[in-house]
Amino acid sequence: MQYETVIGLEVHAQLLTRSKIFCKCSTQFGSEPNSQTCPVCIGMPGVLPVTNKEVVNMALKTSIALNCKVNRRSRFARKNYFYPDLPKNYQVSQFEEPLSEHGYLDISVDGKQKRIGITRVHMEEDAGKNIHEGVVGGSYVDLNRTGVPLMEIVSEPDISSPEEAKAYLTELKIVLLYLEVCDCNMEEGSLRCDANISVRPVGQKELGTKTELKNMNSFRNLQKALEYEITRQIDVLDDGGRIVQETRLWDAGKGITLSMRSKEEAHDYRYFPEPDLVPLEIGDEWLSQAKASLPELPAEKRVRFISKYNLPEYDAGVLTSSRQLADYYEKVVSIYADSKKASNWVMGELLRLLNEEGKDIKDLKVTPQDFAAMLTSIDKGVISGTAAKTVFEEMYRSGKSPADVIKEKGLEQVSDSSAIESAVEKVIAGNSVQVEQYLSGKDKVMGFLVGQVMKQTGGKANPAMVNTIMKQKLEALKNK
Amino acid sequence: MALYNKTIWELRALLDKKEISPSELLSSVMERISSVDGKVKAYVTVLEDYAKRQIKNGIPQGLLSGIPIALKDNMCLKGERTTCSSKILSNFYPPYDATITKKLIGAGALICGKTNLDEFAMGSSTENSAFHTTRNPWNIERAPGGSSGGSAASVSADECIAALGSDTGGSIRQPASFCGIVGLKPTYGAVSRYGLVAFASSLDQIGPMTKDVRDCAIMMNVISAYDPSDSTSVPFDRPDYSSGLTGDLKGMKVGVPKEYFIKGLDGEVEANVRLAIKKLEERGAELIEISLPHTDYAISTYYILATAEASSNLARYDGVKYGYRTEKAEDLIDMYSKTRAEGFGGEVKRRIMLGTYALSSGYYDAYYRKAQKVRTLIKQDFDNAFKAVDVIATPTAPTTAFKIGEKASDPLQMYLSDIFTISANLGGVPALSMPCGFDGKGLPVGFQIIGKHFDEVNVLRTAYAAEEALGIKDRKPEI
Repeated sequence: MQYETVIGLEVHAQLLTRSKIFCKCSTQFGSEPNSQTCPVCIGMPGVLPVTNKEVVNMALKTSIALNCKVNRRSRFARKNYFYPDLPKNYQVSQFEEPLSEHGYLDISVDGKQKRIGITRVHMEEDAGKNIHEGVVGGSYVDLNRTGVPLMEIVSEPDISSPEEAKAYLTELKIVLLYLEVCDCNMEEGSLRCDANISVRPVGQKELGTKTELKNMNSFRNLQKALEYEITRQIDVLDDGGRIVQETRLWDAGKGITLSMRSKEEAHDYRYFPEPDLVPLEIGDEWLSQAKASLPELPAEKRVRFISKYNLPEYDAGVLTSSRQLADYYEKVVSIYADSKKASNWVMGELLRLLNEEGKDIKDLKVTPQDFAAMLTSIDKGVISGTAAKTVFEEMYRSGKSPADVIKEKGLEQVSDSSAIESAVEKVIAGNSVQVEQYLSGKDKVMGFLVGQVMKQTGGKANPAMVNTIMKQKLEALKNK
Repeated sequence: MALYNKTIWELRALLDKKEISPSELLSSVMERISSVDGKVKAYVTVLEDYAKRQIKNGIPQGLLSGIPIALKDNMCLKGERTTCSSKILSNFYPPYDATITKKLIGAGALICGKTNLDEFAMGSSTENSAFHTTRNPWNIERAPGGSSGGSAASVSADECIAALGSDTGGSIRQPASFCGIVGLKPTYGAVSRYGLVAFASSLDQIGPMTKDVRDCAIMMNVISAYDPSDSTSVPFDRPDYSSGLTGDLKGMKVGVPKEYFIKGLDGEVEANVRLAIKKLEERGAELIEISLPHTDYAISTYYILATAEASSNLARYDGVKYGYRTEKAEDLIDMYSKTRAEGFGGEVKRRIMLGTYALSSGYYDAYYRKAQKVRTLIKQDFDNAFKAVDVIATPTAPTTAFKIGEKASDPLQMYLSDIFTISANLGGVPALSMPCGFDGKGLPVGFQIIGKHFDEVNVLRTAYAAEEALGIKDRKPEI
């Protein structure tokens, strides 16, 4: 039977505020256990929460960027369950009245656009961490993370494949990074993703029974876990079985999902409005301030790059994948006019070198001015395109200007015709087989012969001149 | 000269004229505690050393400079044991002060002790204290009321000059009524709850328990203020709470709700309350019969909302971070279960279970959500009534102090003793109890005055006029 997949994603993003959501403790990662705590976040008797306005601001900006309808009056609610990393034994979250609802995010898979609905965006506090390793006869609890602000973004079940899921999460990550509300580090847990997934026979209206997948701490794991779960569910159905509604954990080591708890074992969270906080009112002024503070969003930027710089959609997508990269590109093309050539170099050499070292555009030593000067040097024939790669790599390592690198490495292009002529003659003399082939009509070997000249001159010979001279010499041989 | 039996304002004059010193006053109160607390058992912890340290370190100048004040033992005092009269917090020493504690200390008050209460403020007699039952100074066999029974008894027995209580459903007013003192539950949001160990967050409110109305106003001038650490506290223009203490009620309209004079109201209580209402008229007030039609639903509404909030508020007492932890546990769940089974008393467990049930999936709409709707109706009752009147006069409790043990085995009977006080908490309005007379057994009768939101001034104005007209405030219990 043919099946189709239905996926909804729940993303938790740690917000980049300096202090926690309901107290003034620092949110810094990796400090001494329990050094960033106070009576409020460790839930001492009698303490009360006070909402950090910056948390609301960040969630508000995200809501607007995700095209959500902002609820002018929302409420925090208590989610009750016992766990040692949750000192109050309830988590302050939002439930019936979230900050915003009914938004969407457009994604693109294989060139096809798709709109994924956003059910809701809400704020909540993070829990602490239980530590079992290295503890004899018990466990420790580190409450530094308790009360770190989280934003939960819930999608509609509009996602139909692991690829779409990955594209959605990627696009969401780009938006959050543009907004500077989350550093989106999945390995460190600042961006977490759970999935609700079900399959149903093609053509069936009602949804199949879903499972909830947890513990997918990278984009790769998300995709692999979904692929595994789809196959598992289809196998169960094809064998005449029934899907059990349950929470399943992705085991990245084994590459499988395992049952964690069934629906019957699910908690009754006994949500109710948090009586220690008054309803959150978002007035016109606050909303318009949040709107005004939004940067140009990736989707808008992509459209502008395509029209303003005449770029293919692919280029625009890569260049706008981060705000800093897009800014860098725009600085380069404000000096250097050939926007497509600049794009090729940014997407090619620049990103290659950064990716090889796992570095970020923020770490780049090459100024946009030097980058543009390097491109201009190619256009002016000062260096060849081949030499330019060497020049750029050195600029990348040392941060030196292209002029200095060209001088130091002696990479200036040779445009002296007598020098090129002698190199061409040497190659013709040393490659008689290929020359014979050319003379018998195989024009293609021309490229090989030119390449040999470039090799001999250490890539410095002006390729256009090499071409011309080589052709002249060979034609002369032909006519003999 | 005995000092312990004086009011704040009397002592203020003596202190300011340097006729007495704070040390003399403190000694007088401490001697009084030594001589009577063995019988009354108002205190969980007497803080003689703490108060002496305060004097030694220098007392700030303020309305309460040098005045010994007792705190109900559910208010945090930095470094001093704060138990909520519960085994589960019997070893808890908060590393911070409640906002009201800071306010009292900042105004020069000497914190002379922590008073007994029904465990976590759940009860109407202090019989639910894990430590001991406080006695009514008017009759040692009788309950002082609750949950602020320790504070009420300590004020009534002159074991402090004034005290703070907390009121979730009548926990200041009912014991004030039983012990013949003045107790005010302020408007919800008028006094910070930061550092008050929560029972039911949307209903809890701290308020003064004093020997007379003037003292009550002085205490309000100290404790009432907006607090940024309490999101439910309200920024408002604080009046001078003493400004209405003229004795004159000309132009005041006093509502008398028919729903508060019902079957079950003790005849002697009714007679005394009717007399007090008549005194208001004599002072120039106009009496108007009114109706608060949803009064009947107040108790059931309260016991759903308060227990629901409590079930969540008390979840943090789990043996993990502070407080009592069971000696032996097999695993985490066993540790939770045993800690809470051993650490909480029966009434607290009953309410946690009630509240957990009311919030459970499948029951939420029928209980919690419906109760919220009824709460809104009760609020509207007050809003409507206050279109026609300035204050509302009622009995505080249907009876005078009952015998210890009389209702301990019947929670529903116990709950009914709050029947007249609960609505003010649900409506968030201020309400005061003051003595208005005595029954045949010589037990004080409480008279309740309910006001508009943030209109404590008119509540105190009415109470002051009644106090003057009744002329019974110097009557003291014989212990």
